[in-house]
Amino acid sequence: MSLIGSSVRRLEDRPLLCGQGRFAADISFPGQVHMRVVRSSLAHGRILHIDIAAAAAMPGVVAVWTGDDVSQVAPIDFRLVPVQGLEPFRQPILAQKRVRYVGEPLAVIFAEDPYLAEDAAEQVFGDIEELPPCLDPTGDLGWFDDGVASEAAVLAKSYGDVAEAFERAEHVVTLELRIGRHSGSPIETRGALARLEPDGTLAIFGAAKIPHINRRNLAKQLGLPPERLHLHEGHVGGGFGIRGEIYPEDVLVALAALRLHRPVKWIEDRREHLIAANHSRDQVHRVKAAIDGRGFVLAIDDEFWSDQGAYVRTHAATVADLTCAMLPGPYVVPAYRVRGHIRLTNKTPCGTYRAPGRYEGTFVRERLMDEIAKRVGSDPVTVRRINLVPPAAMPFDRGLEALGTHVTYDSGDYPLLLDKLLALVDHDELLGKIAQRRAGGELVGFGLGFFVEKSGLGPFDGVKICLKPDGTVEIVTGAASLGQGVETVIAQICADVLSLPMGCFTVIHGQTDRIDDGMGAFASRVTVMTGNAAHLAACGLKSKLLAAAATALQADARALEIRDGVVAAQDRSGPSIELVALAAIAGPFEAEAWFRVDHMCYPYGIHAAVVAVDPETGAAKVEKLFLAYDIGRSVNPTLVAGQLVGGAAQGLGGALFEEFVFDENGQPLAASFADYLIPTAREMPPVAIHVTEDAPSPINPLGVKGAGEGGITAVGAAIANAVDEALGRPGAQAIDRLPLSPARMLSIMKRLL
Amino acid sequence: MTGKQPITLKVNDAEYRIDVEPRRTLADALRDDCGLTGTHLGCEHGICGACTVLVDNEPVRSCLMFAVQAQDCAISTVEGLARNGELHPLQEAFSRYHGLQCGFCTPGFLMLAIGAIKRNPGMNEEELLDVLSSNLCRCTGYQNIIAAVRSVLGRPL
Repeated sequence: MSLIGSSVRRLEDRPLLCGQGRFAADISFPGQVHMRVVRSSLAHGRILHIDIAAAAAMPGVVAVWTGDDVSQVAPIDFRLVPVQGLEPFRQPILAQKRVRYVGEPLAVIFAEDPYLAEDAAEQVFGDIEELPPCLDPTGDLGWFDDGVASEAAVLAKSYGDVAEAFERAEHVVTLELRIGRHSGSPIETRGALARLEPDGTLAIFGAAKIPHINRRNLAKQLGLPPERLHLHEGHVGGGFGIRGEIYPEDVLVALAALRLHRPVKWIEDRREHLIAANHSRDQVHRVKAAIDGRGFVLAIDDEFWSDQGAYVRTHAATVADLTCAMLPGPYVVPAYRVRGHIRLTNKTPCGTYRAPGRYEGTFVRERLMDEIAKRVGSDPVTVRRINLVPPAAMPFDRGLEALGTHVTYDSGDYPLLLDKLLALVDHDELLGKIAQRRAGGELVGFGLGFFVEKSGLGPFDGVKICLKPDGTVEIVTGAASLGQGVETVIAQICADVLSLPMGCFTVIHGQTDRIDDGMGAFASRVTVMTGNAAHLAACGLKSKLLAAAATALQADARALEIRDGVVAAQDRSGPSIELVALAAIAGPFEAEAWFRVDHMCYPYGIHAAVVAVDPETGAAKVEKLFLAYDIGRSVNPTLVAGQLVGGAAQGLGGALFEEFVFDENGQPLAASFADYLIPTAREMPPVAIHVTEDAPSPINPLGVKGAGEGGITAVGAAIANAVDEALGRPGAQAIDRLPLSPARMLSIMKRLL
Repeated sequence: MTGKQPITLKVNDAEYRIDVEPRRTLADALRDDCGLTGTHLGCEHGICGACTVLVDNEPVRSCLMFAVQAQDCAISTVEGLARNGELHPLQEAFSRYHGLQCGFCTPGFLMLAIGAIKRNPGMNEEELLDVLSSNLCRCTGYQNIIAAVRSVLGRPL
């Protein structure tokens, strides 16, 4: 039986269950100094003077730096989608001349003890001339700097004849929609340690997500040859887009280890995390659709504004780029035009969050579909069905570019998945029950949202595999683990080829001194890219093992096979040898493979929600979530379901609770978990999941697609659609923005009901 | 404020003689002075529950308690759950039900649930949800954590 498709237990669990994890904060080195960042308390201002004398004089304080001490260090560079013209908006590692958001690093303390470092940070006084903050991304342009306006870029993508479509349209549907500012907020905050090794190498611990890419970029920024820098990933407490990018603090820690010749440790606190690590989403869309009398979409014309916050960080234009490219989703949409404005404001800078651009674009598109259904007197299911890209059109050329690749949906049967979703929710029965409840006076509704995800971003990833003389197998990859089960999945793919028990395998990841390159873990890419590389490497190793066994057994390698750790003839006649014995005699055996691909693969899914609204409090209670998702081929169904349910919880948070709110002075009002509300077990409804394998990817040998992001993508759209229906305003008549906090709901209900 | 004083913490039946400032949290003392880094810090303001330990059998946010307050108490942390290399039934259940992904919140959930089960071994579904909503997990969506804890209710722990 193939191990692929089997829910084997995780290799990762035991140390994590026993408190033996090695997260960044768990690592310490003798003689380390602790870093504490002094952050701006103003959203916008001109730095006149920073008084560090009192802090520097405190016993136990090793050094205090301000912007002047690091003015020669280049700002943090981009790693993805570096659209021209963004360079002036990159973030310096300590504020230079201006502060641009509350939380911006203004100065930094190095001290013998973390409590002492915090004491000293309170003794730094910034004399800052307050400037008016720019907070509205859709308003008049403000000034990022003298002579530099606050619009960093306008992205434009299009295909087809949009003007002609609007001329012949029977109806034009127009909406203005907002997606609130929220982010990944993993339970482990950020952290970094750096120390100079005896050989002069700078070693950085607490790395995550993209160690090899960060190694190159950090080396460049620090002026080091890359071979003098190594990044080491330990356990990582959740990724979700926000973690593992290079932030000012990472550079400061590295620089301090070089300058102070002592190990330097920095662990972020939660307040810092909520005001200084990447925010995300926060878009305003003005969208219109040209439709015919049945609700078939002839064209979509969208203009949106991304509130980028104070600087353009490592992701550059990634979120806006993906918003533009993925907005048409699963529908034919013969003509399309989009313009996305990346606007700077005096808020925390933004980056990616799980399903970047798709959570936003899907909210817009799927609200639009409900509104179209209402306009033409159809229903949400029918109007979606007539617009879906038909299976015969696969592979489907979307006519757009995303992340530097051409968007071609590799495979899919969208109508089939819609049928399966309707069966999963028991659609007719469910609508009947909801109608009964509504007749009884309850505010309850059902909504859905269809989405196309993307996964497996190339162009490459590699795996080295070695059967050691002791019979164990070591796999070394350039992938990274954010907690998703990378070790298990990679081992599973290799164990499937080699017919060895899972317990034989060790998977090394995130260590730049163990493999030359690797692209890490983002964009739902590891199972696709590293998984296929692992498969190829294991096949290479298997050939070598069969050849060696053939010699040992004096048999024809082509007649041999490996089964349950034993090499023998396929019919099990004649002599045999255990792999362990073969390894002991002739090992180690090594193989290496690199998987390359130019295109992404595109899983797809449908979220649905049943939501009841409390007429007294305005609280929207999601009673049940559903998700039908086609993954092409599932390596470990339990881990896939884990990713999808976890994503759904985050989608629910962004739809109902989580929002980084700022007051009129740019002061953040959600700077603790008491104000930034992530869902608990109490808020999380049951999630019914149906994972299908109807459309394996034709562009990788395993046929797999990613699972990392699809759990979240249409949750906001489905919930909003259900709430509109609950309020008796089907279409996008009531809800124009997320999150649907009780206060916002009450004001909507006061207006409408 | 910054003067250190000697205290003894009794953790998982072992005694740790440490010198701490009165302001030092129990979490920091466990992690940095006792070397027990299995207790994690996620928010340091008493909401996420990653730092939950048992103090005299009651679940406590160790970020909100000072180490000096925990003298003379019996403290249990995640490191004390497995015995002789054998996982505690709840640890085993978390693995079986895939109740952890990144594993950062896991020690807090284990200690929270064990404390709650000790207090009320016959928890019904509502009580179980109430207890588990004390802590935050960002990876799993809770379903598998709830299933794991439910599976050990009524069993000797």
